[in-house]
Amino acid sequence: MIDPSEALASAKGAADRIVKVKRLNACLTPIKELRKSLVAQASAAHPSGVLYGMPVAVKDNICTLEFTTSCGSRILEGYRSPYDATAVAKLRAAGALIAGKTNCDEFGMGSSTEHSAYGRSLHPFDKTRVPGGSSGGSAVLVAAGALPAALGSETGGSVRQPASLCGVVGIKPTYGRVSRYGLVAFGSSLDQIGVLGRSVHDAARVLSVISGRDPKDSTCEERDSLRLPTVPESLQGFVIGVPKEYFPQDLDPAVRRACDRAIRLLRELGAAVREVSLPHTAYAVATYYIIAPAEASSNLARYDGARYGPRFDGSEDVRALYRTTRGEGFGPEVRRRVLVGTYVLSSGYYDAYYRKAQQMRALIAQDFRNAFDRGVDLLFTPTTPTPAFKAGEKLNDPVAMYLSDIFTVTANLAGLPAISVPIGRIRGLPIGGQLIGQAFLEDEMLEAAYALERAVPAGEEA
Amino acid sequence: MAGAWETVIGLETHVQLRTVSKMFCGCSAAFGAPPNSNVCPVCLGLPGALPVPNEQALKLAVRAALGLGCTVHPRSVFARKNYFYPDLPKGYQISQFEQPLATAGSLSYLSPDRGVATATIQRLHVEEDAGKSLHDRFPKQTAIDLNRCGVPLIEVVTGPDFRSPHEARTYLLTLKQVLEYAGISDCDMEKGSLRVDANVSVRRAGETTLGTKTEVKNINSFAYVEKALTVERDRQIAVLEGGGTVAQQTMLYDSKTNSVRPQRSKEESHDYRYFPDPDLPPLVLTEEFIAEQQTLLPELPAKKRERFVEKYALSVTDAAVLTADRAVADYYEAVVHAGAEAKTAANWVMTEVLEDAKDHADGLRVAPGALANLIGLVRGGTLSHQAAKRVFAEVAERGGEPRNVAEALGVVQVADTGVLAGWVSEVLGTHTTEVTRYKQGETRLLQFFVGQVMKASRGKADPKLAQRVLEEKLAS
Repeated sequence: MIDPSEALASAKGAADRIVKVKRLNACLTPIKELRKSLVAQASAAHPSGVLYGMPVAVKDNICTLEFTTSCGSRILEGYRSPYDATAVAKLRAAGALIAGKTNCDEFGMGSSTEHSAYGRSLHPFDKTRVPGGSSGGSAVLVAAGALPAALGSETGGSVRQPASLCGVVGIKPTYGRVSRYGLVAFGSSLDQIGVLGRSVHDAARVLSVISGRDPKDSTCEERDSLRLPTVPESLQGFVIGVPKEYFPQDLDPAVRRACDRAIRLLRELGAAVREVSLPHTAYAVATYYIIAPAEASSNLARYDGARYGPRFDGSEDVRALYRTTRGEGFGPEVRRRVLVGTYVLSSGYYDAYYRKAQQMRALIAQDFRNAFDRGVDLLFTPTTPTPAFKAGEKLNDPVAMYLSDIFTVTANLAGLPAISVPIGRIRGLPIGGQLIGQAFLEDEMLEAAYALERAVPAGEEA
Repeated sequence: MAGAWETVIGLETHVQLRTVSKMFCGCSAAFGAPPNSNVCPVCLGLPGALPVPNEQALKLAVRAALGLGCTVHPRSVFARKNYFYPDLPKGYQISQFEQPLATAGSLSYLSPDRGVATATIQRLHVEEDAGKSLHDRFPKQTAIDLNRCGVPLIEVVTGPDFRSPHEARTYLLTLKQVLEYAGISDCDMEKGSLRVDANVSVRRAGETTLGTKTEVKNINSFAYVEKALTVERDRQIAVLEGGGTVAQQTMLYDSKTNSVRPQRSKEESHDYRYFPDPDLPPLVLTEEFIAEQQTLLPELPAKKRERFVEKYALSVTDAAVLTADRAVADYYEAVVHAGAEAKTAANWVMTEVLEDAKDHADGLRVAPGALANLIGLVRGGTLSHQAAKRVFAEVAERGGEPRNVAEALGVVQVADTGVLAGWVSEVLGTHTTEVTRYKQGETRLLQFFVGQVMKASRGKADPKLAQRVLEEKLAS
């Protein structure tokens, strides 16, 4: 798009389509405010930008100058950031339009978008089901056709899992590929901003724009932005490993069938497929649920009602202010994780939990290095153990909810790039397959994803 | 009372590094700005903001560690110290814990009780400061000023090495001297750029195990260090002599009443839940970086003192006075390099120069070359010592070349025997009784006559020459 009138039309079209899917509760920004802002952004956007006029919604835990940044939490209700996250600033500089803030599990803690203080988002194909989470709102807007792409964020699979459940593409880049500046922290050593797109290309070109060095984030790598690969003719020369631990005996047979079909297609594209073993996989969820809450307990300490956000108590005693603000401002899942995190960092328990989890994390990362050292370029696994589940089904069973991230948390623990691509339908519901790449080799991973996306009949029953 | 007891003290000193900006953001670290004006999303701990280490602060911290003889670790780790307090906007302080920047240093100081003593520096780490809570600014409310939030600090922790409050204070002054010398900090306790907490215990003389310690906080000025520690030491001794036991707790010192009180347990943090800060990669320092900081470290006071004793043949005491302040030491050496005799120059600097500097904020007002010239004029007999002091004061006040100033003041000594003979005749003529007594053997009256000649010449006579002329005249 070059013509400014097209940017304006794009802005208005995006607003109209978001209104149409309002009942899915995916966008938290009031529609009047959104429309007004989109029009203003379209007239101010730089026509030479590579994403000129492209509407991109942003998960509610990523700071934007316009709209509130509430992280799906009451504790930041009405909070407006005085600055743009680096990823958002880069989108803006590329001419993209920030198309509202999307619903999510509070502070990214959840796998269903049911843990939002602003109500659950609905699955676009079945209102009784969840869209996954925590970046559920972003996945829904893309899956419902309102937008070509949206930003999400991941700590343990929060982009890939909803992408799988909603039938869209979800990319989590290598840790350090995209600046975290302005991403409201949950588990800082695991968090990355990711992209949900209706195609590999849409997601990849947004990722390319938001990637690259940032002097404001010490954990962001000193690298140029990601180069977009071309769609390959074949996957000749690629070695794709299939880790056996990701295909347990009790895996949903339909998920297994979908994966088998995808693997067959990868072979037909010319890739060499071989079974590999990542022996510490069984410990990944437990490891994750020590490290992420530990970091969260510290990252969320700042929400105390003293400086910003609502206060839930008028008492003069500062301890009472903390208790009520945090007690009432945080939802039950956030409180649970803050408690767990506080516990595992406490003196006397640190060695038994946090330190041990860090050691296990190193072993999990080593598993991947070993596989890659043996000539494997990429790994293929299911993204999620099941398609979208019913709302309320896992709400009172945190462990069942946590297990929906069983195939995604490892990439976060190891800091590796991973992508979920739709590979078929199960009883009408989408399911994704996952490619895990080597650190900072997103381009190879994207090449394989392009080929898989093109070959796989994503709309067909597996 | 203290005789049967031995005091054991260790100090934890927080020192603000002299940087333009804060530890993890670009905000000004200046003291005294209007409340909450030097702040940004990073030091306010706003959602999504991230820290980036200040390289200048790291350089100064490494220099401090090297100056204190520490081993600087090529890899250290920033850690979060978690606690809730309104002036701590992130709910944690970025510090270092398991892997500090530096360990195993030492600092020797002149103990008032034991001569040269050595304090072990157990560790030195980098951290950010918290904001300030002002409880007395608004009635019944606490005001928060976050300007100080994120200002770079080092914490210097000694072993339990001090045996008296006086010793602890001497160490602290020596530490201050070293850090000021190296330009690491201005060490101003009143501005809060140097803060000290002390661990205090007592034990029966001869005991080798340590007694139960308390931590003394809120010591706000150098003047209170010794007082606060003495009060706590005496309190512990009284408790023990009364048959009680010392409770391990934090004591707050109140300078107004010169007393300590236990901190309410509510104010104490029980468990800081330290863990490596995931926002900051391990701090990796190259050998070159560390070596460069070593070269940028100036000669430190102890070394300079030794060198002054050796090179300028000064007493240890004089060398200590001259090296107490780096500017004074540099000034002294400049005077010597400009040609003044070392011992005389030392006397001038320790008396006239420091006296003048004490009364004038602009410091060392007479240029080192001018002072060397002035000392030369005394040595060459052109000026008496008394006259030279007048010239010094005049040069300090209004500037100018010492010889010109001396001439303008009319205090250049007269060494012309003819002129002197005139004053001598005048004096002997008006003091005939004393002349008779002198001739009868009261030779100590010679100094009286010299004084009279100086008086008659209004100080201009060269006293040595005057004495010689007097002796000749009186002998005839």
